[in-house]
Amino acid sequence: MYAQIVKTDGTGVKSREDMTPEESAFQQRIDADQKIEPKEWMPEGYRKNLIRQISQHAHSELVGQLPESNWITRAPTLERKAILLAKVQDEAGHGLYLYCAAETLGISRDEMFEQLHSGKAKYSSIFNYPTLTWADIGAVGWLVDGAAIMNQVPLQRTSYGPYARAMVRICKEESFHQRQGFDIMMKMASGSDAQKRMAQDAFDRFWYPSLMMFGPSDKDSVHSAQSMAWRIKINTNDELRQKFVDQTVPQAKYLGLTVPDENLIWNEEKGGHDFTEPDWDEFYAVLGGNGPCNKERLQARVTAWNEGEWFRDGLLANAAKKCTAGEVAA
Amino acid sequence: MVSKHTASSGLFEFLLQMGDNCLVLAHRNSQWCGHGPALEEDIAISNISLDLIGQTQLWLELAGEVEGAGRSADDLAYLRDAFDFRNLLLLERPNEDFGLTLMRQFLFDAWHLPMLKGLTQSSNKRIAEIAEKSVKEVTYHLERSTDLIIRLGDGSAESHRRMQSSLDELWSYTGEMLESDDLDPALISECVVPAGDKVAEAWRQHVTAALKLATLIKPESDFVRRGGKNGIHSEHLGFVLAEMQFLQRAYPGAVW
Repeated sequence: MYAQIVKTDGTGVKSREDMTPEESAFQQRIDADQKIEPKEWMPEGYRKNLIRQISQHAHSELVGQLPESNWITRAPTLERKAILLAKVQDEAGHGLYLYCAAETLGISRDEMFEQLHSGKAKYSSIFNYPTLTWADIGAVGWLVDGAAIMNQVPLQRTSYGPYARAMVRICKEESFHQRQGFDIMMKMASGSDAQKRMAQDAFDRFWYPSLMMFGPSDKDSVHSAQSMAWRIKINTNDELRQKFVDQTVPQAKYLGLTVPDENLIWNEEKGGHDFTEPDWDEFYAVLGGNGPCNKERLQARVTAWNEGEWFRDGLLANAAKKCTAGEVAA
Repeated sequence: MVSKHTASSGLFEFLLQMGDNCLVLAHRNSQWCGHGPALEEDIAISNISLDLIGQTQLWLELAGEVEGAGRSADDLAYLRDAFDFRNLLLLERPNEDFGLTLMRQFLFDAWHLPMLKGLTQSSNKRIAEIAEKSVKEVTYHLERSTDLIIRLGDGSAESHRRMQSSLDELWSYTGEMLESDDLDPALISECVVPAGDKVAEAWRQHVTAALKLATLIKPESDFVRRGGKNGIHSEHLGFVLAEMQFLQRAYPGAVW
């Protein structure tokens, strides 16, 4: 999940009796599965909440380029290099769609960047983990994109039109990303002893951080109820995490990899696996800025932005000259 | 001048030049992925890098066939040392800032396109096919890099300063691109590759016109730095290869 903790304003979900007529009509449309479009009336809380969620998602796409682009220059074959470049370029494209979707809610891309660079806006904790070997690129595609898809497929049905439509395009590309990750893992897991070791090591390091991607446990997730009532969140964190574990365990088995959880066991009664929860202290530490790569990731974004200033200003200056020239000519 | 190469080794060398140019420039451009000055530029430069890797695969695959020693495109990319690379020195220059990156791209694209256009008429069908496919991509590369150096040259004082200093820094590396090689006179007489002076003339025309629009001054020095086409590179290429070839070198024979 790329938007792990989206804070909602207010004190919780209003009952129908407490809603204004406008709010009540709005909620009725949501409940009838109608899409809300940019220029239509919406509660201020819905707008703010969506801006937070979509921009958090957009920032995650942008920052998410970094751990993977870390291996583009070292990709082991020309084909792998091309595939990885195409994939990371897709992530930048996803960022672009999502920033555009958020802009329809009345915030500019520059403002969102400012929030990212100042540390005010969050992005997914997963991207604060390092990619240390080539197998990590496989693990990121397989697990991280796999977890993202788990969350994003339902978001294609989210109540806000531009967001839902962006998700349709994004999901198509994400499933290709996950397949390429799994394909790398297959090659590694059936390769030399050194490659197998890399594959297991990557799996060991990315398993729990991937489970964290769905956000805190439902019992600790204080912001979910309103988001679910507004249909900007469709499933609970624990539902999605369970689904992810149940999907991934057989894939790991197929690859010949061991899930790094001694307590993992199939529970016939619930029709799913029992598994160890991730270390939530670590999750909050990473979210709070103390993950292995938080500083580097944010610094890379800030540097790119600051060092690109002359470039953006130069293009604006040229456009302004053209405008003036056009006025003179006219 | 007596050619120092046989016909097939001349062709092999030429194909390495084409492939290595694409590979080394793709590597440099791909270092911007995730670090570009604007999201749209990040996407564009990654896309160009991707085109160039695709072209690398085609040129090096054909080079391997012409050589006839059973080497694949990957073998040639990942298992040669620097002195066997035939790319231009221009393309291994470090990125420094986005201005230098764009200027390097522009100076190369302005040569790459007429060269490829000439190659679409090659008497070697395989070369003509690769050129045909590449021309479509490189037409866009040149359009973009020309547009950007014009807008940045004629932009703010700071963008103008950066573009002029990038041009000054790279100018001495352009001569190598425009010089005719003594690979094999038969390559030209048999119309396998276009005559170098025609490509050079197209380059001069395009570059002169674009620099004028960009309000940039063409440096006067005609000093030429050369060596890349003969395998005598700058110190930078060794590091490019150390990074690029790491996995193939550290785990020989592994399948990825």
